[in-house]
Amino acid sequence: MLQLAPALIIALLVVPVGAGLVMVLLPAFGYLPALGGHAASIAPWQMLFDQPGLWRSVSVSFASGLISTAIALIIVVLFLAASRGTWLDRGIRRLVSPLLAIPHAAIAFGFAFLIAPSGLVARLISPALTGWERPPDALIVNDPWGLALMAGLALKEAPFLLLMSLAALPQLAPEKHLMLARSLGYSPTIAWLKTVLPSLYPLIRLPIYAVIAYATSVVDMALILGPQLPPTLSVSILSWFNDPNISMRFMASAAAVLQLGVTLAALFCWWLLEQLARSLTRGWLINGSRQRGERALRMLGRSALLFSSVTALASLVGLGLFSLAGFWQFPDLLPQMLTLDHWQRSGPMFATPLLNTALIGLLSTALATALVLATLENEHRQHLRPKRALWLLYLPLLVPQIAFLFGLVVAAESLGIRPQLSLVVAGHLLFVLPYVYLSLSEAYRRLDPRWLQVARSLGVSRRAAFWRVRLPLLLASVLTAFAVGLAVSIGQYLPTQLLGAGHVTTVTTEAVALAAGSNRRLIGVWALMQAVLPLIGFVLALTLPRLLRANRRELAT
Amino acid sequence: MPINRNSLRATTAVTMLALSFSAMANPDPSDWPAVQQAAEGQTVYWNAWGGDTRTNRYINWVAQQMQAQYGVDVEHVKLDDTGSAVARVLAEKQAGNGDDGSIDLIWINGENFAAMRESDLLFGPFAEALPNFTLTNAAANPEVVTDFTLPTEGYEAPWGKAQITFYYDSAQTDTPPQDMQALLSWAEANPGQFSYPRIPDFTGSTFLKQALIELTEQDEALYQPVSEADFEAVTAPLWAYLDTLHPHLWRSGRTFPDSGPNLRTLMSDGELSLAFSFYPTDAAVAVMEYELPESVRSYVLEGGTLGNVHFVAIPYNSPHKAGAMVLADFLLSPQAQAQKQSLAMWGDRSVLDIAQLDADTQALFEQGERHPAELPADALSNTLPEPHPSWMTALQEAWLERYGVN
Repeated sequence: MLQLAPALIIALLVVPVGAGLVMVLLPAFGYLPALGGHAASIAPWQMLFDQPGLWRSVSVSFASGLISTAIALIIVVLFLAASRGTWLDRGIRRLVSPLLAIPHAAIAFGFAFLIAPSGLVARLISPALTGWERPPDALIVNDPWGLALMAGLALKEAPFLLLMSLAALPQLAPEKHLMLARSLGYSPTIAWLKTVLPSLYPLIRLPIYAVIAYATSVVDMALILGPQLPPTLSVSILSWFNDPNISMRFMASAAAVLQLGVTLAALFCWWLLEQLARSLTRGWLINGSRQRGERALRMLGRSALLFSSVTALASLVGLGLFSLAGFWQFPDLLPQMLTLDHWQRSGPMFATPLLNTALIGLLSTALATALVLATLENEHRQHLRPKRALWLLYLPLLVPQIAFLFGLVVAAESLGIRPQLSLVVAGHLLFVLPYVYLSLSEAYRRLDPRWLQVARSLGVSRRAAFWRVRLPLLLASVLTAFAVGLAVSIGQYLPTQLLGAGHVTTVTTEAVALAAGSNRRLIGVWALMQAVLPLIGFVLALTLPRLLRANRRELAT
Repeated sequence: MPINRNSLRATTAVTMLALSFSAMANPDPSDWPAVQQAAEGQTVYWNAWGGDTRTNRYINWVAQQMQAQYGVDVEHVKLDDTGSAVARVLAEKQAGNGDDGSIDLIWINGENFAAMRESDLLFGPFAEALPNFTLTNAAANPEVVTDFTLPTEGYEAPWGKAQITFYYDSAQTDTPPQDMQALLSWAEANPGQFSYPRIPDFTGSTFLKQALIELTEQDEALYQPVSEADFEAVTAPLWAYLDTLHPHLWRSGRTFPDSGPNLRTLMSDGELSLAFSFYPTDAAVAVMEYELPESVRSYVLEGGTLGNVHFVAIPYNSPHKAGAMVLADFLLSPQAQAQKQSLAMWGDRSVLDIAQLDADTQALFEQGERHPAELPADALSNTLPEPHPSWMTALQEAWLERYGVN
């Protein structure tokens, strides 16, 4: 059974993505019988290339993917280099999970309100410092360069890259390297950058690729923060797929294929940059310079992540305020009155979406965790090196959702699979599984094998050793991976809406539907609900192991 | 007994054929008691834009009534874009799912309706067979059987009425502009305080049509397919107008709000001081829900504004057509229409011919005192009809061509 796990995982992920892509490729080249397309044609592509602003859309998608990832990575790396062992380090580590839990759309709404000309920051300094009685007419959110979008993405991706780095670091035993480097006279930040980073980077490479792919094709954040004339490619694709003129679907499909190309190009470009960075830094790594830049790097490393975390939290505070706000005019810093009206009016609507969200999240994450554990245990028992084919695991993260989900719906319908809860769970599994694998595999592989050898030498069977030794030792990691999976599932919009045909409502689908109405008070209510759920997951993941351990200690005495 | 395989196969085939026919046999709207009987116990998935709390609140009320009065379960599928429901039906057709679709009723009008009719994605005709349809007095009110100049031919049932209504903060503006030229002068005097939603948003596209009707000399052309007119000539005054207007808009026209409701949020933030909505009661309800200051007032342009009727339609592959028809009929009942019109519920105007109703039923529609931010009752008499749907598409394309890249 166990041997089947890796193949099963790959089939589960590759078949739907492949089927979805085929169903998008066909109309992209003119084949869609329901609309009278029976012959191959390149007309959809000609129509696509005639769209005004297409290349701007493509450039912004491409650039925001690379730049936001680079910023997030630099923030995280400098933080790790400069803040080890400080109070900041401990504080941020505690913050990282909650920040990771907050869905992208929630952060985007809050961030937009924070930086808008009529937003919280402007209200904080107006009219006292600025003399603004009315909001200034400045193009900050939705700027044509996508700067607001890149900032929002960086805010959200930094916690993810930090968590992935923190998971990978222990196996590198960084303290040993650092001690050696320090004894040779390297200052702490420089020492970390020169000795730990080169071996850390390969371990967080896949998560970085996933972030790039995500950032080039993100829809929800781009809708809220991104440029609009023209919008990013992914936003255009969504509106083309939903255009009342249904013959646009040919062109929309071609655009979805183009999106795949843009994402792949961004990944390839990053890979080239990696090569470049490697050869450029080779000299610096061994030039023996021990102190230069220490102070600046340390300052930057300590402030950048703190700043981005505080910004993310402030975004949430703004949402919270709005969910309680009565009339709230510029430049008032606080609403004229607070009211529970918005919560009370939404209250009766919470039950079904909450239940569905929890059910889908728990089911898909439980399935994903079981499959990942089976695969890893199989790898361990067979003494396999991590399978090369397992990179296929990341297919759903590397292929933009928007490129294959519309096709996947057609594929499912053709097989007679009607929209239902189980189809939505399967759809979530596509995205939850890779993240659970990303979060768990390093911890699994680095668990000291001697624990299990001892258990086996005491005559415990392999199966029992897994359940009684490995799992308890890995409990914290498994729970964290579970919480990550849960957060990923809760944030999914397109797969839920498309595969469930709207019959399966979750907190996220409700939040997005309400967002179309632009009532910031209600958006506040639903976005906070969206944020609270995964947070519960992370709190449980942090406290359960402690509770269980306390319980055991009592048993021992 | 030896089994005759061939005859078994034949029997199975016949049975399956019969079964599939019975599944495909659509309820006959003219036999209303049979429709009601078939509807009982069905679950109707009603796809309707879900961005507005008032609409959602009303649909929730409808669902309760439908359960209590007809034993029909109504599920509101909240859409962020009506186009996605059209896309869904299309995906089902593409996959050969002709009788077990996931959508039973869609809130729809204009170009979405035209597109679905063109691709044969709708069930019908059914609307004129609905018992309550007679209350609309369609003979005297052709707008309930015409959607953007296209005859509905019974493929959609009227539900409510909307009309462009402007609103402004009376604490900041004394004399709001009463026509398009005045709007331009007003925008020049108050830079950055007005905008319209980015095309292809529905409300934004309606603003283009409103401006075009006022500015062009060739109004008749708008009520024929665009292919029969000289698009360049008809629209030239519109583009000249927009070229002059844009630099004075919010953010100098370098970006636009993304939707009609977004205009309301920007008013609420104090970024705009003049806005418009497709719901005449929008401003009043927004004041009641703390979104706008109490000094907000509504009005309609002097020459009248565009208005239209919105409808519900049934996809061709809905498995619960009977339930959907009973729902469409209930939506036309005086009880449901009166609830919809009340400000506390939604504030959407009725499609019934209220003057023709008996006195008791008319009383259902009487509102209490008028909200100060609401329009006077007679303000909506001057309604401009919608142009042919092809104009909307053509205007959208031309706009994106001109202003889609800043």
